[in-house]
Amino acid sequence: MSDLLTLATSVVERAQPGESMEVYVNRGTETEIRAYEGAVESLTSADSSGVGIRVLLDGPQGSGGRLGFAWAGSLDPSVIDAALSDARDNARYATPDPDVVLAMPDGAAAVDLDLWDDAVVGTPMEEKVALAIALERATRAADSRVRQVSSADYSDGRVEMALASTTGIRSTARRTTAFLSVDAIAGEGADTQTGTGFSVGRSPKDLHPDEAMSDAVLRATRMLGAQKATSGRCTVVFDPRVVSTLLSVVSSALSGEAVVKGRSFFAGRIGESVADGSVTLVDDPTDARAFTASSHDGEGLACRRNVLISDGMLRMFVFDTVSARRAQTSSTGSAVRGGFAGRPSAGCRALVLAPGTQAAEEILSAVGTGLYVQSVTGIHSGVNPVSGDFSVGAEGLMIRGGTLAEPVREVTVASTLQRMLQAVVAIGSDLTWLPGVAAGQTLAIADMQLSGG
Amino acid sequence: MTDTSLIETDVLQRVLSAALGGGGDMAEVFAEDSVSASAMLDDRRVEELSSGRSRGAGIRVIDGDTTGFAHTADLSESGLMAAAAAAAAVARQGGSRTRTVALGHSSTHGRGSKTLPSSVEKATKLDLLVRADEAARGTGDAISQVQVGCGDSRRRILIANSEGLLAEDEQIRTRFNVMCVANGDTGMQTGFESLARTEGYEIFERHNVEDIARIAAGRALAKLSARPAPSGEVPIVLAGGSGGILFHEACGHGLEADHVVKDASVYAGKVGELVASPLVTLVDDGTVLGEWGNFAIDDEGCAPARNVLIENGILTDYMWDWLRAHKEGRVSSGNGRRQSYQHLPMVRMTNTYLLAGRENADEIVAQTPTGVYVKKLGGGQVNTATGDFVFGTTEAYLIEDGHITEPLRDANLIGNGPEVLRRIDAVADDFDMTPGTCGKDGQSVPVGCGQATLRITGITLGGTA
Repeated sequence: MSDLLTLATSVVERAQPGESMEVYVNRGTETEIRAYEGAVESLTSADSSGVGIRVLLDGPQGSGGRLGFAWAGSLDPSVIDAALSDARDNARYATPDPDVVLAMPDGAAAVDLDLWDDAVVGTPMEEKVALAIALERATRAADSRVRQVSSADYSDGRVEMALASTTGIRSTARRTTAFLSVDAIAGEGADTQTGTGFSVGRSPKDLHPDEAMSDAVLRATRMLGAQKATSGRCTVVFDPRVVSTLLSVVSSALSGEAVVKGRSFFAGRIGESVADGSVTLVDDPTDARAFTASSHDGEGLACRRNVLISDGMLRMFVFDTVSARRAQTSSTGSAVRGGFAGRPSAGCRALVLAPGTQAAEEILSAVGTGLYVQSVTGIHSGVNPVSGDFSVGAEGLMIRGGTLAEPVREVTVASTLQRMLQAVVAIGSDLTWLPGVAAGQTLAIADMQLSGG
Repeated sequence: MTDTSLIETDVLQRVLSAALGGGGDMAEVFAEDSVSASAMLDDRRVEELSSGRSRGAGIRVIDGDTTGFAHTADLSESGLMAAAAAAAAVARQGGSRTRTVALGHSSTHGRGSKTLPSSVEKATKLDLLVRADEAARGTGDAISQVQVGCGDSRRRILIANSEGLLAEDEQIRTRFNVMCVANGDTGMQTGFESLARTEGYEIFERHNVEDIARIAAGRALAKLSARPAPSGEVPIVLAGGSGGILFHEACGHGLEADHVVKDASVYAGKVGELVASPLVTLVDDGTVLGEWGNFAIDDEGCAPARNVLIENGILTDYMWDWLRAHKEGRVSSGNGRRQSYQHLPMVRMTNTYLLAGRENADEIVAQTPTGVYVKKLGGGQVNTATGDFVFGTTEAYLIEDGHITEPLRDANLIGNGPEVLRRIDAVADDFDMTPGTCGKDGQSVPVGCGQATLRITGITLGGTA
């Protein structure tokens, strides 16, 4: 047993009669290096750890449980004692609710995922620093129009987690991550444009600085000379990164918690056609290729492959234990929690839109005329996962004659998420694994409103 | 006043001396002890109450253009020494030198809060949630869901650096927010309203939670009959206190010195130039008592100030933290902030606002033949290098023949900072401020935004109609 699981279990064993308890602990180490003008601008190295405790008190006769939560950024025994006492006190004030229970082992076997690479620990700091500096230098040197690299970052982390509960949950997990990102600023005359590139993996040796660099430079330089476009309706082709972002917004409407609380436009539509027949959307944290892959969910249940939409038909939502009981179903192993300070809630973890057969170039060719969007802004201010209203700032290139043409900036594209899912006209074969809750590929959506001059 | 210091002065002196032992220009210890509590009423039930505690120190060592940073949850001398050694590892190998750091007298700041959140019974807090829930549901049968949350935090900070600075502060913050869903023939719509102050629970003596709930519910209900927002360039009238996020995004971020010194701001090199309509005088001011972005010292121990950034349309100055100011041979403007001890400080806004004008808000609307009246804004985002920014509406109406008419569905507005600022042609006298959370480089800090009713002659609205 890992020392973290021993610790979590020792706290759980302190549960009193009439009390259930779940204890989540984690411990991690992070490195962050930012390079600027050939030197280290900042270097952060840090260890952190913490605990999140949920206490469930039996309510008065048959009225249901009452849950309290407390967290602390330390594994010091006195700090854990205080958190336990806070969680107990908090539970006294919750509304008794028969649907509020802790997760119970459900027999689903967890996949064995290897998400740990010792190279994150073993690689000397000098090599990590060299990666960031080389990335910055290469980006500056790549194109004479690159006039600034505002950030070039290397970061990595390792985290170990354990979860134990009085209901018999015992789970552990560990993962490493490594990340490179670079922001290029290109200029020509008075014109300035920016582009971001990145590379992710489980260790420094998985990273591809050249790809991050060339992506940032391409995105910045091809936007030079961008103008507003004329308003009108058109087909919009989204870049894989943007599609990843769009899917993450759609995913909040697929959360069982949003559904049972009447905050999802998908509520009541199981079995109905909610998307074009080409759309199959799967949440599969058990796929090790996903950056967000995980063997266990935020309540310690096995993660599993959940098919949410198949051939355009809405099949299911993702549930944690409590939202599942409210919906009279069972957990889909989809509890997510934001570290020790977050309480579990239902959510997608590793969404994949089933790839189509066309390459990005073929999609552009088939679309003929439209807008190619390389990045969007205002996702949080302009997309409402309850109503489905969708309006985002966009930059990219016009599509003319089936290929990319002049660059466009300061425009918005708008529709509703409901209409967009039905208006999917092409799904690319270029599935790209990205950091975040969804992978992405090129995606074409018809009949969106472009607003410009 | 704080009870006892988070770290004893003699320990701080030894840690700072050790941090500079291998070289470096400046060393700093930032210690923090933060206690937070929150509660949520959702779907008519009190879900979990939550309590959190975060305690630790971040140590940075600056050597030339390089910053080394390490943080630890261990505030003992040995824990701090280990972090100091990690932070100092980036310093140029200057050999083993002896640096003795002597700290000045601590400038300790008290809380302005009268009613400490921790002194308020949990049951009393829950009563506020229930009252808001009932008020929201009472506005109409179409209100199908209500989520009410409240939260408070008590953040003690201590900053000591090798220049002799020693300062402490205690910051109390309290927030209350309501989110409503209304369900009608056209689907669901949402409405949100919040109250957030750098004060304790005395804010509820002045603010009625029922009012907050009714505003949120009203927004959701109004949008049930909303038509799609127009698409394309339209004149916009922003209501006083509608969010003020226009300035936060259109120029605030671009006036942060860390962007400017890297030439990653469209406002770099433009001090003394006309960058906005002469009606624009923009101020960033951490001293506004009780506002969400208020504090007695920033997270580098520097007192906040009322900094005029744009005066009558002319760019007068940027915002500075210690590092960027030091490089330019000037002093910080009190804008060095960080999310927690686990983060490096950087240049951040505090309370950013446009000074009120002289016109009458109703007359501005009456003198706008067609356009869109934005009553409430949501969030926004900016690319500081290009100046392109977006901000979203959460309550907006058509203006027809100088009258506010039909409600509109949510949409984003997009514009370019310097262009939009030049297109402000009217500013009213009905100034108000709103709280918000500002995200930058992965760190969130509380900020305030303020403005009076104003008109922009043309900006692109991203609707579908």
